[in-house]
Amino acid sequence: MSAERFPVEASHIMMFARAIGDPNPAYDPNSAESLAGGDVIAPPTFAMAGAQFDPENTLVPRAGEPWFGSGREPGFLRSSSGGMLHAEQHFQYHRPLRAGMVLTGSQREGEGWEKQSRSGKTLQFTESFTDYRDAETGELVVTARMVGVYTGGA
Amino acid sequence: MVLSAAELNIGDSRTLELFDDLKRTQIVMYAGASGDYNPLHSDEVFTTQVAGYRSVFAHGMLTMGATGRVLTDWIGDEQLTDYGVRFVGQVWPGDTLTATATVAALREEDGQHYVDLTVSTVNQEGAPVVTGTATARIDP
Repeated sequence: MSAERFPVEASHIMMFARAIGDPNPAYDPNSAESLAGGDVIAPPTFAMAGAQFDPENTLVPRAGEPWFGSGREPGFLRSSSGGMLHAEQHFQYHRPLRAGMVLTGSQREGEGWEKQSRSGKTLQFTESFTDYRDAETGELVVTARMVGVYTGGA
Repeated sequence: MVLSAAELNIGDSRTLELFDDLKRTQIVMYAGASGDYNPLHSDEVFTTQVAGYRSVFAHGMLTMGATGRVLTDWIGDEQLTDYGVRFVGQVWPGDTLTATATVAALREEDGQHYVDLTVSTVNQEGAPVVTGTATARIDP
């Protein structure tokens, strides 16, 4: 995930919190706490939603570009994302993440390694890091470490 | 509210039901909020006929995000320093997911107290879908 500008907005946090089924009032801009002046805070995995601001995100349908999901036809497999599954996700929290902040996200590649599956297939693992920084101060807010596994399948 | 080391013991745990009969709509909500619109998570036609799965399935990050609730409901907001998981099982519509966090260690570093937790979410068959660890700041 890379984004030059990831504005962290209260309504986005509210929708994200609903999507993970978390009714914590600290995630709701209209809760009594928030209306009393408390900041809307981000749930621990919210940094992932920076994908909305990644111009290279291939998992967002875009006007004028082919989309691989079903419509009139059932769709098609895409080589660029086919077979890659999410194996691990880790976050390190350096500073609180709250509505009103603007982040930058910059991705750096980590290690790659192989492992044999129980069925004898070779699984390829790749690791990547995303540093989320406060766009104003440059301070590190969250570091995300993602491990993907290429299984060769869909 | 911040937990204090004095009120915690190794082995203490909290369990929370995250979803009972997970709906496809919930997965669509996650796609919309997160920006991961991979049709494997929302498009039954594509997923069954083209990709060859038995149905759409949840994003791993939906389960990880939901699992975070058992941590923050217990240890409070903005106390986590680390949270990481492995995705060890697929989550399907209709699943019931239950998360458990357990105190693995209590320690002090440069005067700051921390709790290390293990965390795991299982489905209705008791099969783990995510397993991981978390660390949070606590009061003495």
